[in-house]
Amino acid sequence: MVQLTLPKGSAPKKGKVWPKPEGKSVKAFKIYRYSPEEGGNPRWDTFFVDTTKCGPMVLDILIYIKNNIDSTLAFRRSCREGVCGSCAMSIGGQNTIACTKGWDEVAGNTITIAPLPSQPVIKDLIPDLTNFYAQHAYVQPFLKTDTPEPETEWTQSEEDREELDGLYECILCASCSTSCPSYWWNGDKYLGPAALLQAYRWLIDSRDEATGERLDDLEDPFKLYRCHTIMNCAQVCPKGLNPAKAIAKIKHMMVERVV
Amino acid sequence: MAGSGQTDPRPLSPHLQNWNWHATMYGSIFHRVTGAGLYGGAFLIAAWLVALATGPEAYALVESIAFSLPGQLLLFLWAMAVLYHLANGLRHLIWDGPGVGFDPKVASRWSIFNFAFAILGAAAIWSLASLS
Repeated sequence: MVQLTLPKGSAPKKGKVWPKPEGKSVKAFKIYRYSPEEGGNPRWDTFFVDTTKCGPMVLDILIYIKNNIDSTLAFRRSCREGVCGSCAMSIGGQNTIACTKGWDEVAGNTITIAPLPSQPVIKDLIPDLTNFYAQHAYVQPFLKTDTPEPETEWTQSEEDREELDGLYECILCASCSTSCPSYWWNGDKYLGPAALLQAYRWLIDSRDEATGERLDDLEDPFKLYRCHTIMNCAQVCPKGLNPAKAIAKIKHMMVERVV
Repeated sequence: MAGSGQTDPRPLSPHLQNWNWHATMYGSIFHRVTGAGLYGGAFLIAAWLVALATGPEAYALVESIAFSLPGQLLLFLWAMAVLYHLANGLRHLIWDGPGVGFDPKVASRWSIFNFAFAILGAAAIWSLASLS
């Protein structure tokens, strides 16, 4: 259901302002903090970082803060090169992955960093993505066939393989799904852009033989059709993919199989 | 995390409270807002027609409201809503049919165009009406 405000206990309060070092290249970072041990409302802490002392990306800033200012700051990160999708978060009011977003690309004197929107927060910048992963599992993102397995691999023409470009690159960072207002209001019933992009990736795969069943699984007022082409998903995708277009193509397949 | 002993409900992370809107997001919500507005507008058209059928006195009353400043403002907003909903509705047809215009940059410019079309179109209608 649409709920424009945050539930009780979720609205962040004013938090701690950490000491500001001297220097011309000092930039302010307003970071969402929540600790399950302390409880209470989350808060906005302000950190000041001398940008000459760390790397160019927002993830470098977070690591600098954790190493030098406040070691209790919690965030996910792994590959630091845009492959694993762990460090997805809201930076400057838009979702992206911190490792490929330069702090100088974000407008404003103070850069706001928060967890992915409208998700339960485990700690600081770490959301609970259990629902998101369950939705990915729901679309059965693996090859399904009835014909006996060939002696060698399942082959496909170069043209058929090209159909998967712009789909297989998804790193499941959840930036798109958690950017979508339809997903904010109906995330329990609407599968969201990431899961639907993956659904289309298998629907369009020439080797897959479960197209009909896959479409049956999506034929529902909520699972697929809550997409209203708001386009936030394509706007924020750090890999430049276009879930909105994939969803439109699934809708086409739904129509085509009836006609 | 099942079994972690968490009793305090986890807070929900900020969404609208901390979101930097794209043109396409404004485009989408205004499609809905103008659609709802046009629903109300249909009643105003009905009221105008009923007044027209009732007689000169009733029609004069409706006309005096329509030509008052709030009435004119409402009619101007209504014209903008019609034009915006038309332009964006056509875009939805193009999205759903040929399936073009999904590139984020194209979609953003298209949203801005639709807003400009609504504002300039309503202004054009008003300037034409004031000439006659």
